Amino acid sequence: MTRITGGLIDRSQTLNFTFDGKRYAGHPGDTLASALLANGVRLMGRSFKYHRPRGVVAAGSEEPNALVTVGSGARATPNTRATVVELFDGLQATSQNRWPSLAVDALGVNDLLSPFFAAGFYYKTFMWPKSFWEKLYEPIIRRAAGLGKLPMQADPDAYDKGYLHCDLLVIGGGAAGLAAALTAARAGAQVVLADEDFRLGGRLLAESHALDDAPPTDWLAGVTAELRSLPNLRILTRTTVFGAYDHGIYGAVEHVSDHLAEPGGRVRQTLWRITAKRSLLAAGAIERHIPFANNDRPGVMLAGAMRAYANRWAVTPQARDGDRVAIFANNDDGHRTALDLMARGVPIFGVIDPREDAPRLGECQLFAGGQVTGTQGRLGLSSIRIAHQGRNDWYECAALGVSGGWNPNLHLAAHHRGRPVWDDALQAFVPGPDGPPGLCAIGAAAGQGTTAAALASGAKGAQDALRDLGIAASLPDLPVAEDHSAPPAPIWHVPGPGRAWVDFQNDVTVKDIALAHRENMRSVEHMKRWTTLGMATDQGKTANVTALAVMAELTGQSIPQTGTTVFRPPYTPVAISALSGGDPGTHFKPTRLTPTHHWAAERGAVFIESGQWMRAQYYPRPGETHWRQSVDREAQAVRAGVGICDVTTLGKIDVQGGDAAAFLDRLYANTMSTLKVGRVRYGLMLREDGFVYDDGTCARLAQDHFVVTTTTANAGLVYRNMEFARQGLWPDLDVQIISTTDAWAQIAVAGPKSRALLERVVDDADLSNEAFPFMACDTLTVCGGLRARLFRISFSGELAYELAVPARYGAALMDRLMAKGADLGVVPYGLEALNVLRIEKGHCTAAEVNGQTTAQMLGLGRMVSQKKDALGVVLSRREGLVGERRALVGLMPADPATPLVGGAHLFTAGAAQKTETDQGWITSVCYSPHLNSHIGLGFLENGADRLGEEITAANPLAGTDVTVRVVSPHFLDPEGGRLRD
Amino acid sequence: MIIPHPLLGPRDSQEFTIMGDAKLLARPDGLADGAEAAFFDYLYLRDNPAGLHRELWYHEQGDRSWLVVTRDTLTHEILGAELASDVARRLAEGAA
Repeated sequence: MTRITGGLIDRSQTLNFTFDGKRYAGHPGDTLASALLANGVRLMGRSFKYHRPRGVVAAGSEEPNALVTVGSGARATPNTRATVVELFDGLQATSQNRWPSLAVDALGVNDLLSPFFAAGFYYKTFMWPKSFWEKLYEPIIRRAAGLGKLPMQADPDAYDKGYLHCDLLVIGGGAAGLAAALTAARAGAQVVLADEDFRLGGRLLAESHALDDAPPTDWLAGVTAELRSLPNLRILTRTTVFGAYDHGIYGAVEHVSDHLAEPGGRVRQTLWRITAKRSLLAAGAIERHIPFANNDRPGVMLAGAMRAYANRWAVTPQARDGDRVAIFANNDDGHRTALDLMARGVPIFGVIDPREDAPRLGECQLFAGGQVTGTQGRLGLSSIRIAHQGRNDWYECAALGVSGGWNPNLHLAAHHRGRPVWDDALQAFVPGPDGPPGLCAIGAAAGQGTTAAALASGAKGAQDALRDLGIAASLPDLPVAEDHSAPPAPIWHVPGPGRAWVDFQNDVTVKDIALAHRENMRSVEHMKRWTTLGMATDQGKTANVTALAVMAELTGQSIPQTGTTVFRPPYTPVAISALSGGDPGTHFKPTRLTPTHHWAAERGAVFIESGQWMRAQYYPRPGETHWRQSVDREAQAVRAGVGICDVTTLGKIDVQGGDAAAFLDRLYANTMSTLKVGRVRYGLMLREDGFVYDDGTCARLAQDHFVVTTTTANAGLVYRNMEFARQGLWPDLDVQIISTTDAWAQIAVAGPKSRALLERVVDDADLSNEAFPFMACDTLTVCGGLRARLFRISFSGELAYELAVPARYGAALMDRLMAKGADLGVVPYGLEALNVLRIEKGHCTAAEVNGQTTAQMLGLGRMVSQKKDALGVVLSRREGLVGERRALVGLMPADPATPLVGGAHLFTAGAAQKTETDQGWITSVCYSPHLNSHIGLGFLENGADRLGEEITAANPLAGTDVTVRVVSPHFLDPEGGRLRD
Repeated sequence: MIIPHPLLGPRDSQEFTIMGDAKLLARPDGLADGAEAAFFDYLYLRDNPAGLHRELWYHEQGDRSWLVVTRDTLTHEILGAELASDVARRLAEGAA
């Protein structure tokens, strides 16, 4: 309907799409916004707070109004700016924040109530009663005010991340960016050129000026072809550089297949991390508007956007051909829109220019010294009121282009807390000197807004940047281009009654800013938060500077004195899926599998996460219907015969060197240097603050060779600390360490028949109690020559060993042990049975060694040597730690069938249950098939002196109390006879 | 951030883990008189300067070197990096 000739669209193809279910057609090259305008659709959204009807304002990523949901089902993407959605066949778009429909929005009533919804309304009104906020106020406000909704389904598409390194990153592919990229790439530098648009050219695509007496598209075609032929230049279109980070690192999102109905095997978006030695910000400029009463009707848009729609997309802004268009501009550039539209046959009613000396640039009516003071039209503009020469009259007008001048798009130059600098001649902020190091703005982003200046500053900027890097670049021949610089007159808003919108997206008016000022919000940051100006998806791209100017007027300060708010990444919204970089769900972190994982899986094991590891939890057998049946069976099999369990996940650290023993003496609270070769000792490691950090075993394989183990959870951290001690504390000790956790498969072989089983797999080794007693270790071979390490250590309290073989033999060893032990009744057991066995013995794990417990609490106080200096030993002697009276105890419910709950708090029987009377807590619980009772471990005040006492275990979450008897934590075989036989 | 590793050249900070103030290298003698007070200072009293800060970084996803990195906490500018073992040896010799 309002499509005109020309433009950069491919009329040979038609693309069908829908908006709110209604079918429309457009062409390749269209955006959703241009295609909707071409179909006469002006109403594209409802405003955030007042539900005012809104149309498109801009033609780029700065768009505040035309937010739509694109796609359906799991692919539905809310809050997408229609101005940056590249049209494709089958596109489905839906309007947001309206009910029941965009044209008839019931919540438009909010607009009538606007006197009550002024800035800070929510803060003032919904303060009390406090409990109402979460239950009542917030849900209602959220429903009424807002943006689009997430589909609440998993994202079906793939995302990727990539890394780029370059000499020069050029951000923006307009006149300045292209000139810069050409200059740098011809000089042989490694260049990345990124532009958020799907077509290179920037503002050149939107303007009608000639370059070298030819349409700008001619020059663009030549430059683009040359750039694409250069191997040292990488062009990323549809790519938004959204943040400048430290040391020349930039974040960018490439919309790889957002312009396709289905990604079709491709990723949807790629997150790029670009490391650039130098970068040039060629992001152009964003036009500002001039607030006047009711300036937010569909049909009122930025004059530059109106020109872009006409020149690039061959679309005029009125709903009907023949309707009149007017321009309201305080600068010469706005007049160009009138000229370009007239050249394309669009009827121009006139140009309203508040400057008394406004130049007459074309053959249309000029209201010099005039202002627009109001608008009418229910769902779209129908008339405007013009104050001119003492009159204030209504005129029919279907579309109004507004230009208040251009703001350099300096967002990225103001990351790193770079402060923009006010340029009085340009009447705009320009990038300051303290932005991200290595970044320089060129072209319109630097205030060099004419085409000729942009081209020249781009080429010069690239030459200067490369000179810093020692690369000589010569300036290219640049085309002759327009060079008419026309800063705006300092007219920031039209005073008068009625609401004049400053920030369309957040529904903030000039009056709201004035109110914030009256309420003493004097800092711009306070004004921003009180009014919400400059928040949400557009971050005030079209509003901020205007708001500062209004605020400056109110305070009587200058604009630079008023200052700007802080700019932060991202420049435009970035999807969480893109930030995840293709690693959603279980891919978010590594999953580590033990060497016997597949072996266990084949045997039907149930697995459980243990840090990054997956460990076999238990091995159900046919007929077992409850996990307890499997676990009880496994635990009993170990105590009665023999069981095997993969314990590879425990950290293993190899410590070698002449000073290895001295080094371990300084790491462990107990002494290791007295350990004989061929023996293992339990080791207790403290944090420097005196609390227990970790425990494990130290095996001395040779005079200068130890293998130490850590808990599964702390394997990486203990190794890190050991490296710190080795390098940072005692660099002169002769010691080398390396983690071998993944190199060795380690299998626990536990139970009274474990020796009998192992004797069948070791080669020529004497495992008798005399030759290989409790806490012995050795290197040997098994299964006919396979190198192995054998440790006689026990976590279960039974006669037990741990056998380590190279990781790749782990599963084969399990097979061999199962085969050789069939007649001994060998069973594989999982983490649950392992836990039952250790709780029955009172052995500690992470539940007890949780970073808040001391050696004394664990009953290990005597292990802390008082004769030497080791990590944590000094501060473990602190009064508060020494005075700790809680101690590890065993707990049995009075009724053996009553389960205990980990985390339950302990109280003296009959005592009030308060923090002041808290006596401790339960750390670990299980059912003991050997005691036929639920049991637990816990820390209890004066626990060692309270054996036999009945106390209360309280679980206030469930409201339950259980009477428990305090017993020794060593439920079974307290003398340890079984493990020494 | 990019950390200039003294052995490996510029490396992305994502490969590193940070542990804060390099003062942790100056561990007091646990057998000396007044050790408890010295350890209290060592462990709990750290400066948190707005400006130059010497801090410990661990090349965990790399060669496992501990480094002392001098960083401006206001700008994130990195003015240098050296091996923690070199710094520790100097400390042991009595020079900072």
